[in-house]
Amino acid sequence: MTDVATAPAYTGVEDMRRIARELLEAGDVRVIIGWEHARRGARPVFVSDPADTDKLIFDTRCVHNLVTYLNPRRDAVAELGKIGLVVKGCDVKAVAGLLREAQLTRDDVVLIGVRCGGVLEENELPAALALTPENVAPRCHGCDNREPTLTDHLVGEPQPEPPRPVMTIDERVAALDAQPLEERWAFWTDQFSKCVRCYACRQVCPLCICERCIVEKTQPQWIESSAHPRGNFSWNITRAIHLAGRCVDCGECERFCPVGIPLSLLNRKLQHIVRDRYDYTVSDDPENAAPIGDYRLDDQQEFIK
Amino acid sequence: MTDAQTDFEPRITAFVCNWCTYTGADLAGTSRLHMASNVRIIRLPCTGRIDPLFIVKAFERGADGVIVSGCHPADCHYTSGNYHARRRFAVFHDIMGFVGVDPGRMTFSWVSASEGAKWKDVVDEAVSKVRELGPYEAYRALAPDDASATAEVTP
Repeated sequence: MTDVATAPAYTGVEDMRRIARELLEAGDVRVIIGWEHARRGARPVFVSDPADTDKLIFDTRCVHNLVTYLNPRRDAVAELGKIGLVVKGCDVKAVAGLLREAQLTRDDVVLIGVRCGGVLEENELPAALALTPENVAPRCHGCDNREPTLTDHLVGEPQPEPPRPVMTIDERVAALDAQPLEERWAFWTDQFSKCVRCYACRQVCPLCICERCIVEKTQPQWIESSAHPRGNFSWNITRAIHLAGRCVDCGECERFCPVGIPLSLLNRKLQHIVRDRYDYTVSDDPENAAPIGDYRLDDQQEFIK
Repeated sequence: MTDAQTDFEPRITAFVCNWCTYTGADLAGTSRLHMASNVRIIRLPCTGRIDPLFIVKAFERGADGVIVSGCHPADCHYTSGNYHARRRFAVFHDIMGFVGVDPGRMTFSWVSASEGAKWKDVVDEAVSKVRELGPYEAYRALAPDDASATAEVTP
């Protein structure tokens, strides 16, 4: 990737810093959570001093979904006081998810939206790179929330669409779907057998909100906790279905997975299922009730005798 | 069909609701209907109480197939439990297919308290389908290599 041009920051960074500074100075928020440039690349930063707001950046390396800090499991963050959060279009959907499930009230947070034209797959880079089909995060393809409506502030110029990745997630799901059942079983059990049960996928997820996860329940123990293929299968299937119709496709679980399980394929397949069966797409509208937990009298039931 | 498969008696776990299917299965019994005896019934208050994880657990513990059955739509004792279950199991059914679990091993049905005959049909059909698919060795192969885990799947 050495021949890829470096990219300037997205527009609106100055506005973002100004808004952050004003919010902190006025005491409207106690802390701003955004991204900063560090030795190893872009990373999340908590800014509580108005003088430090110049640290804030937004460029193609800002892959992190910072909404994970609003997850009610993170009570240490909540104790900091009211939060100002910098969010991309995809991230805003996770805020809507927390609002929809009554895990957050709209007044708990000030949202500074940034108009985004896609991010890289890799954030640990000394400088932002221009997006190419090889380096763009595949989830950015077909982004449907480039003009978020839930934010309090929205900065930056409208950006061009991100480049189409070499292979889109939809294409990878379709390729798997086209394989015979045994091949799919072999593929997934092989992937799941790599799992070391670190639960990074759960910890980073903005919408894995249970105070006590089912995997930690031992009487009875529903999910075997040692890292062998059988327990791993239960865990990965359970994690996926608990996010059916809720996952916002921020891709953080897959990015954090230390052994590289392609969780975004499972998540995307579940999005297809709820789209095809219930005409449901996850949006940044908190009033749009999630499909699981809701029902219609005439739901499809072709698989039931 | 090999000899091993002809001798194969599937073990099927049925998760049924207390109000309709359990009573329906009871009716099938008191009506002296002959049906396959491969099914172990687990009675729950409602299909809405059946977590998809129950099915995963049944496979873990050595089931070759699973039946989930409850009240017909509009008949739920708790008004809407079966509607919620229907969505949950639709998603579960599809994602299990995606990861390579044969949908033939999972039977979903609505059987009311008066449908003893339908219960017999559901059971016979599920047993013959699973008999064709054979023992669920692929799932058992996921088990850890110690005796305690394999002991669970020996009949």
